[in-house]
Amino acid sequence: MSGWSRHEGLGVALPDESIDTDQLIPARFMATPRAQGYGRFLLHDLRHDAEGRPLPDFPLNRVPDATILITGRNFGAGSSREAAVYALVDAGIRAVLAPSFGDIFAANAINNGLLPARISSGDMERLTGAMPDRLEIDLMARCVTGGGLQALFELDPVWQMKLVNGWDDIDLTGAHQDDIAAFATADRIRRPWARPAAERSLS
Amino acid sequence: MTAPRTLFDKLWDSHVVGRRDDGSCLLWIDRHFVHEGSHHAFRKLSERGIPVSEPGLTFGVADHYVPTRGRARSGGTGTAGIENPTIRGMVTTLEENTKAHGIHLFGLGDRRQGIVHVVGPEQGLTLPGLTIVCGDSHTSTHGAFGAMAFGIGATDVAHVMATQTIWKKKLKVLRIRVDGRLGPGVGAKDVALAWIARLGADGARGHVVEYAGPVVEGLTMEGRMTLCNLSIEGGARCGMVAPDAVTLDYLHDRPFAPKGDEWEVAEAAWRALASDDGAEFDREVTLDGSDIAPVVTWGTSPEDAAPIDATVPDPDRASEERAGHIRAALDYMGLAPGRPLDGIAIDQVFIGSCTNARIEDLRAAAAVLKGRRAQVPGLVSPGSSLVKAQAEAEGLDQIFRAAGLEWVESGCSMCVGMNGDIVAPGKRCASTTNRNFRGRQGPGARTHLMSPAMVAAAAIAGHLTDVRPMLEGRT
Ligand code: SF4
Repeated sequence: MSGWSRHEGLGVALPDESIDTDQLIPARFMATPRAQGYGRFLLHDLRHDAEGRPLPDFPLNRVPDATILITGRNFGAGSSREAAVYALVDAGIRAVLAPSFGDIFAANAINNGLLPARISSGDMERLTGAMPDRLEIDLMARCVTGGGLQALFELDPVWQMKLVNGWDDIDLTGAHQDDIAAFATADRIRRPWARPAAERSLS
Repeated sequence: MTAPRTLFDKLWDSHVVGRRDDGSCLLWIDRHFVHEGSHHAFRKLSERGIPVSEPGLTFGVADHYVPTRGRARSGGTGTAGIENPTIRGMVTTLEENTKAHGIHLFGLGDRRQGIVHVVGPEQGLTLPGLTIVCGDSHTSTHGAFGAMAFGIGATDVAHVMATQTIWKKKLKVLRIRVDGRLGPGVGAKDVALAWIARLGADGARGHVVEYAGPVVEGLTMEGRMTLCNLSIEGGARCGMVAPDAVTLDYLHDRPFAPKGDEWEVAEAAWRALASDDGAEFDREVTLDGSDIAPVVTWGTSPEDAAPIDATVPDPDRASEERAGHIRAALDYMGLAPGRPLDGIAIDQVFIGSCTNARIEDLRAAAAVLKGRRAQVPGLVSPGSSLVKAQAEAEGLDQIFRAAGLEWVESGCSMCVGMNGDIVAPGKRCASTTNRNFRGRQGPGARTHLMSPAMVAAAAIAGHLTDVRPMLEGRT
């Protein structure tokens, strides 16, 4: 995964709060292999009518090329399904700005290069109220600008570095292989009970 | 002398393998559960050509996609009997992946199969003092045993498979004390929904919740699991309860739990896990259990919850921030502001899920349903195949059937609808599950969350109602 530190793109506002993972990608799509692309599943049941026709007024349908989503509190609450992030990323979204995020969603976002930026409710309202076409995000400055507005966002510094560098945890952990092996060996003695007991014969 | 530590501190400290300058720690993982949804992670692993580093600490469970009907017909074994090819593919892929990596699978047809968060504890794989992860947010359930258990996404699942560790920054701890006593007909589900309604669905974001106080100590393991299960719905990553005699009693003699001398050593370690006197919590909240009435949800977030004797909220009286959500939720739910919750007509009921389908939950529902008829159709899916067998031994299945409800096999079923068990568009379901999100139980489905006893009451009345009068004269 490649890192990034600046992004400029079209913004789209979805001011509802608590847009949860089940809305981001309804469960029935989750058996699909990722290679087939998840973008078409993004917010599927909100974007389409019951017959599956796109609702022309839905913000994401009005701005199909949007890359920055501004939305209400508690975005991504719910399931650990990383598919919710795949749907956003595959639809071209690079950053989501919201007053709060589901914790697991935010962690999954970082693992896929998607920025979950926490902005104040006031800034959220100002930005969605004015909704400038183009927005610019500066990851290092933790700042979003556009249409003469500017908002600072919160982002865990660890996550910031991961996004900027495009770090992959499995590679990073490779450097700790010896520590892991040493821990496992010592732990077998320290906590012998922590490994599953041999299964009893079941009658 | 060392500073007093919380249960969470102790769990954290005993699992740190390494540290990074930025403050995050590499934590050892004691148990990793995988299910059909883990296919993304298995693929990531095979793309890199990496094996599962500790297959003996990894356990597979078929639950999310398994059918709940027609399993006996296929001989109770194998996936061949699954008609839908996508669903069959999901269960088969799990079988193949676990086999290829030497992972023990509680698969379809195994008499111990069930929902991962029911099977882990039932088998004694879930123990105090462990770190437990799974690609499912309700992994918080296992914290009921004094474990640090949390849900992770596919990238992290792959990382745990590859390294048996995970990178994490220390979380804050919120202690929720529940004082007083719960009234009759009020249980762990009501306590959970009550605190989530009070603090909000993101109220515990960035925190681990440690539950304490006399009401929590008085809960059975089943009740504690319900409480910890719902922690994620309040935004917390984990819920936990310090292990005590109730925990030890539950675990003794479980198939994978320590035996003999090892049990003695384990017990001593577990008893030392409780938060020390004087340990500091980042936040503390106290609830009075005596004030909690049976709770139901009226909206599309678990925080949209209120006592059954309340009314549907009026967005015009809510704060501006909240009003938009309430309007949208009521529109989706087809409810008018100001109407009493008691009396909202339902189309069907569901008793199941890792939140409320353990034996005690089924007993609570059966106690209400016994000798009565449900006015609406409904599905009862036990939390595991062992729970199903036990319920049948106790005759509970007969009570459900006599009431007119369908008694089916174990799986996630209508909690998430992946296996095809869904609520039709616009239909209203009283459900023992954990999420009332739009479309969670199927596109357009309207879900009201509540306890098993309250679902049973709703089934009998045909509408949401207070279970308490129905319990009079019954134990
Ligand atoms: S029952 Fe529902 S919440 Fe529990 S593991 Fe299954 S899908 Fe997840």
